Amino acid sequence: MSDDHVYLTLAEGHEDDTRWAYGTGFEDPLHGVDTAVPEGVDVRELARVCVALADDALVSAQRLAEWTTRAPELEEEVALANIGLDLLGQARLLYSRAGQVDGTGRDEDAYAYVRDADDFRNVRLAELPNGDFAFSIVRLLVLSSWRLAHFARLVDHPDPVLAAIAAKGVKELTYHRQYAADWSVRLGDGTEESHRRMRKALELVGPYVGELFTAYDVRDEVVDVLRQVTEAAGLPMPVYRPLPGAGRAGDHTEHLAPLLAELQSVARALPEATW
Amino acid sequence: MVTALLDARRARQIAGQVPDPELPMLTLADLGVLRDVELTGDGTVVASLTPTYSGCPAMAEMRADVAARLRAAGYERVEIRTVLSPPWTTDWITEPGRRKLAEHGIAPPGPAPRGPVPLQLSATRRAVPCPRCGSRDTGETSRFAATSCKSLWRCHTCREPFEHVKEI
Repeated sequence: MSDDHVYLTLAEGHEDDTRWAYGTGFEDPLHGVDTAVPEGVDVRELARVCVALADDALVSAQRLAEWTTRAPELEEEVALANIGLDLLGQARLLYSRAGQVDGTGRDEDAYAYVRDADDFRNVRLAELPNGDFAFSIVRLLVLSSWRLAHFARLVDHPDPVLAAIAAKGVKELTYHRQYAADWSVRLGDGTEESHRRMRKALELVGPYVGELFTAYDVRDEVVDVLRQVTEAAGLPMPVYRPLPGAGRAGDHTEHLAPLLAELQSVARALPEATW
Repeated sequence: MVTALLDARRARQIAGQVPDPELPMLTLADLGVLRDVELTGDGTVVASLTPTYSGCPAMAEMRADVAARLRAAGYERVEIRTVLSPPWTTDWITEPGRRKLAEHGIAPPGPAPRGPVPLQLSATRRAVPCPRCGSRDTGETSRFAATSCKSLWRCHTCREPFEHVKEI
């Protein structure tokens, strides 16, 4: 930092493009990737899968980012933000893929910033408010276990781009699930108070777990993981019964719209803005 | 033909020397994110990069840096491709790269896991040797550190905290 003015320093060496600071100048995350769709792939279904998985990731990333400055310890704040960043990266790749194949040519921002809550296809578990740390951990355990199991299957998807996004995601999600499992055991097998909160979190999460099992067939794998973790933590299994409606069909709780209002506020207020 | 080969090799060297924006002691070649550099028939340099993590914010920076360096070296037509498959693994960090990490107090990764990684709920995990004093009496303080690719550790012998590049 040799210059007096921090923004001038940041701008140095970027004379030929629009990036004025590190981390700006977002471009298509699939830039330079071979994006041809193999014959025989149902592009509408492919786009639907990409949007649903991207919406889960974007909404989860937003909730995880809300822990920043609020987590119990700095290390956990960093961990939750990092997990959110991985998910945000997955969302960007998936939205870009959806826009290439659904015929609309939309970019990632069109999916993230200008759709209303009714158009989102995330499961409702992702959008519920963070609650306490126990709730956020239990939710992360369920979502990361499901996503990991599902991505592990998508690795063999006939679309090579989705398969590659999944293969990369599997490595990241393995760390997310392990993090959530570690904390679940620590809290479940911790103090009376932490155990009580984990029980409560499992009760609250329970009704929203069923929704994950309706869309894709990875139920047995997820249940197996939840059983291992709850046993080690001395906790009961969540009771999952289906709720009416489905996040995948655009039915959401009252919590999604305020989350999106915050997430989309700058893009909607300044439609011409670039970043 | 010989000139073209030399030119391709020179382009590869130039692209490979670009430092990683977040681990600046490493070049993109050390890190293993520069997958390929080739010269096409019309003189375009095509450099292929692979992201470390899906959300790595340094990816756009790396692309821009590689293109800028190649242009500055006289290659007028530069194309940067992104390779998603196979996904990046820490096994691609070169031996010099691992040495440089350790010299900067960052414990290099061990061998990356092959295939699905099962949940591990017992307390016994592999110890990462301290990059400063070499002690194996260390403990993980956080699975995530300043960047997604690292975890935070503490050495119980020399009492220094250190970072470790996680195996993926």
